[in-house]
Amino acid sequence: MAAPNLTTTLPAPGRGRSRERARPQWAGWLFITPNLIGFLAFTLVPLIAGIVISFTDWNVVSGVDGISWVGLSNFSALMSDAQFWKAMGRTFLYAGLGVPLTMLGGLALALVLNGPVVGRGVLRLIFFFPHIVNSIAIGFVWLLLLHPSNGVVNNFLRTLGVENTPSWLVSQDWSLLTIIFITSWAGMGFHCVIFLSALQSVPPELHEAAQIDGAGWWRRFTTVTWRSLMPTTTFLAIMSMIGHSQGFGLIAFLTQGGPGDSSTTLSYYMYQRGFQYYQFGYAAAIGVLNAIGVLGLTALMWRFQKGRGLYS
Amino acid sequence: MTAVDVASPAPKERRRARRSTGWAAELPQRGPRRTKAIVGLTVRSVVMWGFSIVFLLPFVWMIVSSLKRNIDVFTLPVQWIPDPIVWTNYLQVWVNGDPPMWRFFANSITVSGIGLVGDLLTSSMAGYAFARLHFTGRDRVFLLYLGTAVIPGQLLLVPRFMFFQQMGLYDTLWALILPGVFTVFGTFLMRQAFLAAPPELGEAARIDGAGEWRVFWSIYLPQVRPTLAALAIISFVGSWNDYEGPLVMLSSAQNYTVPLGLTRFIDAEGGLSGGFAMAASVSSVLPLFILFMMFQRNFVAALAHTGIK
Repeated sequence: MAAPNLTTTLPAPGRGRSRERARPQWAGWLFITPNLIGFLAFTLVPLIAGIVISFTDWNVVSGVDGISWVGLSNFSALMSDAQFWKAMGRTFLYAGLGVPLTMLGGLALALVLNGPVVGRGVLRLIFFFPHIVNSIAIGFVWLLLLHPSNGVVNNFLRTLGVENTPSWLVSQDWSLLTIIFITSWAGMGFHCVIFLSALQSVPPELHEAAQIDGAGWWRRFTTVTWRSLMPTTTFLAIMSMIGHSQGFGLIAFLTQGGPGDSSTTLSYYMYQRGFQYYQFGYAAAIGVLNAIGVLGLTALMWRFQKGRGLYS
Repeated sequence: MTAVDVASPAPKERRRARRSTGWAAELPQRGPRRTKAIVGLTVRSVVMWGFSIVFLLPFVWMIVSSLKRNIDVFTLPVQWIPDPIVWTNYLQVWVNGDPPMWRFFANSITVSGIGLVGDLLTSSMAGYAFARLHFTGRDRVFLLYLGTAVIPGQLLLVPRFMFFQQMGLYDTLWALILPGVFTVFGTFLMRQAFLAAPPELGEAARIDGAGEWRVFWSIYLPQVRPTLAALAIISFVGSWNDYEGPLVMLSSAQNYTVPLGLTRFIDAEGGLSGGFAMAASVSSVLPLFILFMMFQRNFVAALAHTGIK
């Protein structure tokens, strides 16, 4: 789930608070109780349990009764697990290529769509549409389009004269890149729409002032546009990075982490360990490390953007 | 996090609506600048529409292939008009599938429907209490919510799985419905909306003798209707498209939701019955496509609230 608008989440200072205080206390508690119970049962307790389980040896054989505390041994096992490190490397590759590709694509589309274009509204919808399609339907169509011998894409490449067409999803070298490509294709329009509305809220006076000062297109982009977009860019970068760190559907459906383990990222590795080998403690440990990594990177990005935006 | 603001203000939407059709009005009236602007407009339009093919063509191909015999799906060069047109793929998928598509649809509608109604109810109640009611411990509870907001959801997968297994809810739709009914995200969203509603409204109603529930239900809830609609879209799209949850929580095919059910249309040898697969894929997208066409702008604006599918 997305992070909320953190800047305005502080409790509202109550106007006429003293009068409101006279109201019964129970009302507030009654109103939050349904959600609170669910929150405790399905979010807070599982969260704590997830961390606790990562310190235990819990597998399907031992069951709930056979749970045993193993301290840090899951984590130390992970440190010497070559598959884990390779999965982490692939996750960095996946996000390191996928996030910029999606964002730059979205930004480029937005910049063009921000000018006069015939059918701008329709284009916006077309680009956005893949965002609401489930990943299995997207996976299916690309699976067929990218079929190594009979797919439309390779057929097209062959007519262009490409001789060694890639085998895409069934090739060790290409599988992760192909997943990155499909993910970016599906997410680009969402980024475009967000960038577009940010662009449209840049005051035109800023551009006019820069133009009067003799700034060219590129200079106006770097001084006005890019700096105005900074908060949006950070938001999208963080969201996209979290999305990639959790990326699952396409990998699980299209490659099952393969061929070999060539497209096994951390989130898929966690799933494998937990739900294919039933090593819940080990899987939870992977989940905890993945979460720590994501939180760390989020904090870094947040700090990086502070003081770089136009209005901060 | 300004991108969240994108969705709320109506004036911005209106401005965009005017802009999106008003390219003619943006051109200078006459002179060499007009010529330059027209060239720019043409180039931009051609490039953008050319690029849109990359986004459209896979879906066009999906629909076309859903109307082909399985053996024709891979015929090269691509037949863009199926010959013969085979509607029976849909019949096959919807009626003769094992289990048939309508079963997956029934499951998905149950999960997404109950999830949506429940999420709207619990989130708006809690959001209202956090925003407009005062009670001891409120801010401390809210901090708890806040603390979990940035935790990646995948970490919750293993413990939830164990929990539902212990409760005997593994392989039932409840394992998918329940987490969807109580969401931290929905609570935040609704709280933000209620914070924007004037506190005086409730005071006036209370003076007139309205009870706490009436103040909430008849006074405040109508104020936040746009946000309710946004949350409804977010909740429905999210649960309709969810794949990882059902994959972990369900085992028997009778209980599969639509995305998980789709994977059944790869046949046992791992071979693809392309026509069936595409007919099933088109079916799975259709409900959201229809909603998307009906509520275009609301859809885009609502989903701008969320970064993640």
